[in-house]
Amino acid sequence: MKQAPAIVLTIVLLILSHYLLNALINPYYLRVILLIGLSITLATSLNLINGYTGLFSLGHAGFMAVGAYSAAAVSVFLIPKLAFLNGLIPELIRGEVFFVLSLLAGACAAALVGFMIGLPTLRLRGDYLAIATLGFAEIIKVFFNNLEAVGKAKGFTGIPAIPHAVNFFWVFFIAVTCVWVVGKMTSSSKGKDFAAVREDEIASSSLGLSHFKVKMKAFVIGSFFAGLGGGVYAHLEGTIYPENFNILKSIEFVVMVVLGGMGRLWGVVLAAAFLTLLPELLRELPPPFSILSQFRMILYSLIIIITMLIRSKSFAKSIN
Amino acid sequence: MTEFIQQLINGLAWGSIYALIALGYTMVYGILRLINFAHGEVYMMGAMTGYYAVQWGMGTGSLFHLAAVLCIAMIVCSLLGWAIERGAYRPMRKAPRLNVLITAIGVSLFLQFSGQYIFGADPKPFPPLIENKNILNFEGIVLSNIQLTIFISSILLMLGLRYIVLKTQMGKAMRAVSYDHTASYLVGINVNRVISFTFILGSALAGAAGILVGISNPTVNPLMGLMPGIKAFVAAVLGGIGNIPGALIGGLIMGVAETMVSGYLSGTYRDALAFIILILILVIRPQGLLGKTTQEKV
Repeated sequence: MKQAPAIVLTIVLLILSHYLLNALINPYYLRVILLIGLSITLATSLNLINGYTGLFSLGHAGFMAVGAYSAAAVSVFLIPKLAFLNGLIPELIRGEVFFVLSLLAGACAAALVGFMIGLPTLRLRGDYLAIATLGFAEIIKVFFNNLEAVGKAKGFTGIPAIPHAVNFFWVFFIAVTCVWVVGKMTSSSKGKDFAAVREDEIASSSLGLSHFKVKMKAFVIGSFFAGLGGGVYAHLEGTIYPENFNILKSIEFVVMVVLGGMGRLWGVVLAAAFLTLLPELLRELPPPFSILSQFRMILYSLIIIITMLIRSKSFAKSIN
Repeated sequence: MTEFIQQLINGLAWGSIYALIALGYTMVYGILRLINFAHGEVYMMGAMTGYYAVQWGMGTGSLFHLAAVLCIAMIVCSLLGWAIERGAYRPMRKAPRLNVLITAIGVSLFLQFSGQYIFGADPKPFPPLIENKNILNFEGIVLSNIQLTIFISSILLMLGLRYIVLKTQMGKAMRAVSYDHTASYLVGINVNRVISFTFILGSALAGAAGILVGISNPTVNPLMGLMPGIKAFVAAVLGGIGNIPGALIGGLIMGVAETMVSGYLSGTYRDALAFIILILILVIRPQGLLGKTTQEKV
């Protein structure tokens, strides 16, 4: 384990900054920072699918929903039944162990759903894949909207908070892990598979690469992290509604990936942070400019169109 | 049985509206290989135009008023469709298809949110252009004059479209361009003008659909285009994308299926149905009911 010191250092740094931030920053700003961490996780996991592998998923919020609901369900229904394990786990970290357990359950559920959705849809090309993933995300939403056990449209309430309220640590631990894993995976020699499939499916499959397997790998890992992010989100909020995970949510993550530059690791991280911060910044502006905060979503859509127009210009140049 | 026939009539009325929207999707896809995500918003603008046309002095109450509002909405939507193509899609003609698709999503969001800002996010009561009355009541099966209007207007519009596509010079050019851009250009067809015309034609149909939804639904709002837009696209895929009769059949099947699910199961499952149909069709018969399989070339 060459990376062991780095991992320990990261964890220590995260814990330190958790206590520092809790002491220094007011809860409102802290919440914005937490939302940034969640956005980074979700945008980076989508970057693996849409950016590196060149698929076009429009249903990322669906996987987030599966993660959120499954993790919350494990915390609410299963953990109380595990009381007989209490003797085996020291008191101090008991909450953490159960919390990690439910997060992992949520992430695995999301990965499993990603696998099942990937089986029929990953054979589709570009725009068909987009509309099929959008469809599945919508089906997932309708499913939770009709499920009595998780409160239907009234919301799933009573999800326990993150143990010891170390919110910052968990949100950013997952964000860092996600960025690290995606960065490592895509820069390794095996990880060039993703780019190969994106750049030319026919050429890469003629070299013996199963593009279905590569796409599936990206899709399942992407859904896994979306599920992790969803699980943390559920425990952070305490109540989740199916409407939290609608099409607009998926599109928000797509905008982050597009603005950050598809397949650029740090660009997408920055874009996720910027786009989460933007509405809050606009809200803080003095009166004549504060009207801009109402334009937030209009601004989002213009950002997409203009980014794409500029990119196509440079693309046309590179052909000539 | 009575209930079944009643649901069938309701479903066909709703399906005709899907069909009108789906025609725009299918024509644009046929000619540009692009899912024009903004198409649902053009339909929303059609309904909004109808609302404001009445607000600003158009009278209500007769078929003449309905026809006038329908024409205004179709003209406004044609202009909007033309502007969308000119402003957002034409500069990207040579870009990868995925980039154009993302732009289309951007345009769709732009229209939704500007609509929310300009018109206000609250639902608006659509003015009663014609009075709702039942013209046929046969052993409990009811056909209202609104449903009859929807049937007749959509049939007329589709016959008009059929005439344009099959009998006119422009229609011939459209078919040529959807077959091969470069070859059409070589034989002297102004490809850009044909594409603009396709957008105008599709958007006019969407505008008409907006008005027809307005007279049968109580309210209109700036986000009303999102779901029907996506479902109409599914209808186009169901019938075979790029295929005009296919869009018609797909739209009708979609409308009937949705009404049946709402009627016999529960309204909450309605939104999932379209996507279940989509996924089944993509897995079982990706070319759609009437589509032809095409061999992929390297």
